[in-house]
Amino acid sequence: MRADRRRILAGICSITALVGAGGGYVAWAIAERPAAVATAAPAAPAAAGPGTLVFLDHGRALAQVPVTDPGAAPVRRAPVCLRSYTAGGTTVCLRTVAVPAGFEAAFLRGDQEIAEPVRVDGTPSRARVSPSGRLTAWTVFRTGDSYNPGAFATTTGIYDTRTGTLHGSLEDFTVIVDGKPYQREDRNFWGVTFAADDRTFYATMGSAHRIWLLRGDLASRTLTAVGRDVECPSLSPDGTRLAYKKRVGTRWRLHVRDLRTGRETPLAERAEVDDQAAWMDDATLAYARPDGGGRVSLFAVPADGTGAPRLLRRDASSPAVVRSPGQSHSQATP
Amino acid sequence: MYLSTTRAAGRPAGATGRLGSARVPATVVALGLVSFFTDISAEMVTAFLPMYLLYGLGTGLLSLGLLDGLYTGAGALLRLAGGHLADRSARPKAVAMAGYGLSAAGKLLFPLVGGAVTGIGAAVAVDRAGKGLRAAPRDALITAATPANALGAAFGVHRALDTAGALLGPVLVFALVAAVGDAYDAVFVTSFCLAMIGVVILACFVRDRRVAPGTRPRVSLRDGRRLLARRPLRRVAVYATMLGLVTAGDAFLFVGVQRQTGLGAATLPLLPLVTSLVFLVAAVPLGKLADRVGGWKVFVAGHVLLAAAYALLAAAWQGPVAALGVLLLHGLFYAATDGVLMAHLAPRVPEHLRASGLAITQTGQALARAGGTIVFGALAAGWDLRGAFAAFAALLVAGVLMAGAFPPDPRRVREASS
Repeated sequence: MRADRRRILAGICSITALVGAGGGYVAWAIAERPAAVATAAPAAPAAAGPGTLVFLDHGRALAQVPVTDPGAAPVRRAPVCLRSYTAGGTTVCLRTVAVPAGFEAAFLRGDQEIAEPVRVDGTPSRARVSPSGRLTAWTVFRTGDSYNPGAFATTTGIYDTRTGTLHGSLEDFTVIVDGKPYQREDRNFWGVTFAADDRTFYATMGSAHRIWLLRGDLASRTLTAVGRDVECPSLSPDGTRLAYKKRVGTRWRLHVRDLRTGRETPLAERAEVDDQAAWMDDATLAYARPDGGGRVSLFAVPADGTGAPRLLRRDASSPAVVRSPGQSHSQATP
Repeated sequence: MYLSTTRAAGRPAGATGRLGSARVPATVVALGLVSFFTDISAEMVTAFLPMYLLYGLGTGLLSLGLLDGLYTGAGALLRLAGGHLADRSARPKAVAMAGYGLSAAGKLLFPLVGGAVTGIGAAVAVDRAGKGLRAAPRDALITAATPANALGAAFGVHRALDTAGALLGPVLVFALVAAVGDAYDAVFVTSFCLAMIGVVILACFVRDRRVAPGTRPRVSLRDGRRLLARRPLRRVAVYATMLGLVTAGDAFLFVGVQRQTGLGAATLPLLPLVTSLVFLVAAVPLGKLADRVGGWKVFVAGHVLLAAAYALLAAAWQGPVAALGVLLLHGLFYAATDGVLMAHLAPRVPEHLRASGLAITQTGQALARAGGTIVFGALAAGWDLRGAFAAFAALLVAGVLMAGAFPPDPRRVREASS
């Protein structure tokens, strides 16, 4: 009986200690978190100004630095996201929700939410905003929706922040491959990039172990196959080229394709890149990849296959460069 | 001190001779709490791993998918090993402790191995190994602590607590990520502490029953295999495997519910919650029902409910009512089959081989369900979702008719129903 009581007492003490240790650690982690620079928020422009690199820092907080000095101490902002992208003053922020446990897409101008968040059914992977700031898109990984157990499915949604229209997920669009409707059940869509007209976009479709580049039209809700083996495309500011990842052997490498000539150029980055690149200007791409030190960092590489990758910023992800208006189109004319 | 416990719990099957509904023993509630905390901890990591790989480490999810398939196979083998070890040592509690302890330790491995995918793979492997190891000895402990006429209720209580933990885990982890942001270490430390609470409860509040070394038969690997030659176990295992083969896999059912009933895509992650809630609520009542009318009947009836769910999906009735109907049937299917099968089987396996017998049946069922999911996936991809559900509903009905017409041990079933 004595042994029994001692055992019960030991049990209660151990459990109390474990609750204390776990709770204490979490409290410490919350306290340790670098605070958003609330005081700097008014100082930072409501929308990041031209020539600004907007990204997620290691605490997943939205942050920004001048693009000319990416290593500078960042202005941290309040929103915390898993993935984000900023363009035309609009930020799409993919983040967690506790009850019921899941994820949502939030839409911000500056740090202000401009619409009800949209629930997304999977782990956020890609985020994009159209150059005007009107359209937003996201790609999430879905587990348990796959026709191939053990593999992962993706789904992609588009939301119009001006009209509040949720353009469904791309599964609901009509897909045309080689002039015929393509209806296989195992279609997966990912990686939207928008053109300047707020109607045209590009995305990737995977089905039957093949990869297509699709050009989408929001007005007619159609997706037309225009190429192969292009994943997570990113349209250049001048609208003439796509940067994307392409599977070469067992790894994804960054490439750029000229939309007019169809010429494909592998970029100087030799490491595997599993990200949707962002154009810093018409000649340079930014992207996130593991930096070899156990963290994810931002890198930049020339868009013409020359040069070498350079480290932009340690411990950061989801790059977006906010350009000055008109800059891109003035450069488009040769 | 263990003498009295041994007498009280040692020969539950019929020896006590009590009739009517017996109360669920404190040991079973304690084991349920062990599973409750362990499942919060495990589901935290399951929900967190994709986020960790994507945002923390910057690696893709493809590796995770590959790992998953690999561990399903390894987990099945370890389950058999856990059953055998528990019988061989006649110390199911010690083997269960090793399993729970291993899983707890696995949680701390994640932050220690850093960014390498092989390291993450190893940590997941340790976690799954523990899970495989502990299942059969734990169910043997539940059986040993419970009078035979309350086994259904006992397994019901255990599975309800288990499911409650699984529901809480993701909520906790998403709240943590929302609160801490870059919360990798905090998630793993919290998960570890919760797993350790489970281990402590098992160590301090679950009584082991020990048999004097001379009085128990020696158990060899061959004894385990010979179990399959015994009719009641063989038939139950064969039926469980057969019915498992015509189970479509939860993932497909949820996709079916979302598409066939016309719900929005955003509802998909919420659907498993409904199934789990129904399972949670119905596990104990259906367990008690199994104690009253016989476990086999309830087990077979559970598959009738699943066939009805598939038929509803094949009919593609639209609207939230149809969706709720399917999910209700699906949750009831789990409540009527998961613990009930163990409650039915356990007293029919000789005590010294009980953990092995339970492990063999669980493994057969798990592997068959994995196979069924692959077959269903092929059918759905080549044909369509509705057709695949119609086919599986028909196959389930055929299986149920066989299992109902030729029960595994007719004598006992008749006895129980009279």
